[in-house]
Amino acid sequence: MPDKRDVTLAVNGKTYAVSVEPRRSLADVLRDDCGLTGTHLGCEHGVCGACTVLVNEKPVRACLMFGVQAEGKTVRTVEGLADGDTLHPLQQAFWENHGLQCGFCTPGFLMLAAGALQENPDMTDDDIKDVLSSNLCRCTGYQNIVKAVRLAAREMRARARI
Amino acid sequence: MNWIGRRLPRLEDPALLKGGGSYVADHAGKAAAVCFVRSPVARGTIVSIEMPSDGTVFTGRDLADVKPIRPILHRPDYVAIGQPVLPVDRVSFCGQAVAVVVADDAALAEDLAEQVFVDIDVADAIVDFDTALAPDAAPVHPEATSNVVVEGRMKTQGLDQAFAEAAEIVALDVRSHRQSAAPMENRGGLAEYDAASGRVTLTASVQMPHMLRTGIADTLGIPESELRVIAPDVGGGFGQKMSLFPEYVVLVWLARKLKRSVAWIEDRRENLLASAHGRDQAFSLRGAFARDGRLLGLEADLRSNIGAFSCYPVTCGVEPLMAFAELPGPYDFAEYGVRSRGVTTNTCMMAPYRGVSRPTLTFSMERMMDVAAKRLGIDAAEIRRRNLIKAFPHRSPTGLVYDEGSYLQAMEVAIEAAGLPAFRARQEAMRERGRYLGVGLSVFSERTGYGTPAYAARGMEIVPGYEIVDCTMDPSGDVVLRIGSSPHGQGLKTSLAQLVSDELGVEPQRIRIISGDTDATPYGWGTFASRSMVIAGGSSKLAAGKVAGKLKTIAATLMETSPDDIELKDGWARVSHSNQAMEIGTLARAAYHQSHRFKGLLPGLHENAVYDPGGTFSNASHIAFVEVDIETGGVRVERFLVAEDAGVLINPMIVDGQITGGVAQGIANALFEEIVYDDTGNLLTASFADYLPPTAAEIPEIEIMHMETVSAESVTKAKGVGEGGAIGAPAAVVNAICDALSPFGIELFELPATPQRIREALRRAGGASYA
Repeated sequence: MPDKRDVTLAVNGKTYAVSVEPRRSLADVLRDDCGLTGTHLGCEHGVCGACTVLVNEKPVRACLMFGVQAEGKTVRTVEGLADGDTLHPLQQAFWENHGLQCGFCTPGFLMLAAGALQENPDMTDDDIKDVLSSNLCRCTGYQNIVKAVRLAAREMRARARI
Repeated sequence: MNWIGRRLPRLEDPALLKGGGSYVADHAGKAAAVCFVRSPVARGTIVSIEMPSDGTVFTGRDLADVKPIRPILHRPDYVAIGQPVLPVDRVSFCGQAVAVVVADDAALAEDLAEQVFVDIDVADAIVDFDTALAPDAAPVHPEATSNVVVEGRMKTQGLDQAFAEAAEIVALDVRSHRQSAAPMENRGGLAEYDAASGRVTLTASVQMPHMLRTGIADTLGIPESELRVIAPDVGGGFGQKMSLFPEYVVLVWLARKLKRSVAWIEDRRENLLASAHGRDQAFSLRGAFARDGRLLGLEADLRSNIGAFSCYPVTCGVEPLMAFAELPGPYDFAEYGVRSRGVTTNTCMMAPYRGVSRPTLTFSMERMMDVAAKRLGIDAAEIRRRNLIKAFPHRSPTGLVYDEGSYLQAMEVAIEAAGLPAFRARQEAMRERGRYLGVGLSVFSERTGYGTPAYAARGMEIVPGYEIVDCTMDPSGDVVLRIGSSPHGQGLKTSLAQLVSDELGVEPQRIRIISGDTDATPYGWGTFASRSMVIAGGSSKLAAGKVAGKLKTIAATLMETSPDDIELKDGWARVSHSNQAMEIGTLARAAYHQSHRFKGLLPGLHENAVYDPGGTFSNASHIAFVEVDIETGGVRVERFLVAEDAGVLINPMIVDGQITGGVAQGIANALFEEIVYDDTGNLLTASFADYLPPTAAEIPEIEIMHMETVSAESVTKAKGVGEGGAIGAPAAVVNAICDALSPFGIELFELPATPQRIREALRRAGGASYA
């Protein structure tokens, strides 16, 4: 068995001290070592994006990054998106607009959109569709995901102005 | 307040949105990890299996007592083929599990699996129809005399006469290439061993938990009481997760053998290689048309590649026999001759995938209608108008009875919304600028919600169909519904809660639905074949209706009136034409705690009901608008319309979601997705970089219109709607491509219409600007 390395991760504002093999992906470390199973694995090839999380607030495929590479960086997963019991505007918009069916790809889409809107809150509708084409969903046919992100972006801009 | 018909946000969603979903991999925790060693070749004899000395590895020899998976159809033309859970002597497709490794974690299990060396004496694989059906072909399975393992045939008396009288005979050869349902969550199972009872609990990503329990118990030769199956949150299925797979039998065997918990979480490569495929079909059709465009008769030779094995429980008859029975679709004609064969090959097993044969048969019929219309000089819509079913009940040439539908109206509504005259003007103008736009139409029927009679008619030994629902109201007035259906993304719990709310007068948030646990739900058939809203919905309504009846009797006794005068609504039992009322919670408490006061009633509020309907046909019309780039062969779907009739919509938001998702899979079927084997049976499309589900960029907004034909064949008045999107879209898209390319005289009959195939057709037509 390859040697384990001690790593300290800052995930959703909480510190996790874990001991992991260097070959372990960030997704596996989050799921198995931190117990954060909201991050899902759909292909482990970096194609489907179900495992998307924010690393230093940028969307990253957690299956394409080693856990040890997250040392000293901040990680945000779907579990850190809501503010207590209050859903994040993206979560609320996905709920109201039927932006999910089986829910397996949903955490990846939420984190992808959260990261993209953080970087550019004023994305056009086309920009949003372009960004969302990074991830795969098999149930919804995408239109409600696209709609939810557009509406959430509007809501987030409105809140930022207040 | 009525809840049926409202776009209620789903009760399932808050947990899923917060990362609180509960999928099988989330439970794997400290269980030992299982990795399967898979055959690298499609066909051959196992010479030896060398195993690492320090690993826990089992092969087919260790599982010699386990019976093969061998589903049965009682038909003289069906050849029952057993699928060993791990083979001892021969491998039959690339990716077949031949050994299993158990280790402390998944990475170690994979390391060990790489050290297992399987020596196989390779034989020539049979991959395609021509090789499989060649007169001198060696059968894939020695127990069969040929590679045809199921065959349906029929011919009506007047067929030859119809062809003799035809003004135009349209013959076409249609090919649908193989696809994968590709749910976002792969398969997976966790088998937990309970030392105290010796029972095993299998938590697995499946659509039919009770069937899985039966299948595993039968293959292992144990009573079903020794096994509990749980389907937790399931990340999509689309049919792929219906079947009993060898991996699940092996997991339960391992848990019992090792007396420890074991988990197998499939990866995407395994899923594309070895779960199940569908849609590998070659259809030859001949249509006899009268001068006025009426279809007088249809002759069809249908071949479905069923892969190496027969899927349990529905068998490899599922695609060929569906095609056999339902090819006539929405059209009214009497004379039909068909031969439909299931052909076995050294490829991954075929199993149901959303639509089951109907995407291909709708594609075939709709291509035929367009070709016939052109030849006869009739408009594409007009030829359909002249042939669609208009009177109900309609009896098809294969004896299927269609209940009330809106075949013609749905098409007219879609055409009206499409604005065709304006499009034709734009199409003309764009063509002059070298851009090729097209519009395509498809019309289809979707048989849904069918109970035991339909499955019995197929000759299935295991006859699915009914659903039992237990409905209990507790002393606080909250409701628990235990269902045998097993939803996996459809929002069924929300829809059922809405339905039951209207029966019981309590709000949906107070209705909890328990599914997917064989210890906690009545025996049922899970969720597939667009059945749950119709059948589980029907039994839920009936069971809740019985509880409502009891509540009314209690209310009438306490308020000294007749039960007929009681209305249950908004949490209250009200006496009509008076201001007398009692809270439903008070009545519920009385049912349990004051039962002595209600003579002739059993204590409590617990009822069940069974529903086993004959089936109901949904129908729809799709219209696709596309642009074809003749330089690249690329196709962009610009606009997509659906006019759908699924009866009464319980939750229109959820219905629209089902349609939209289905259409996206249908567009994928039309343009992108293809499982490709090489000549030796080696899979070339084993990742999402090679097998191409579409993204948000490829799927346009889907515009949906609804008819609501009320059918007597469904107690909820809802028809099924799970598959229609996928059924109608491929035909509409390819008809649109052919319309776009009509200046080149191109007719395409192959799915998917990839850029390569379109370029090839353009080259042949001399319409490509470079070779």
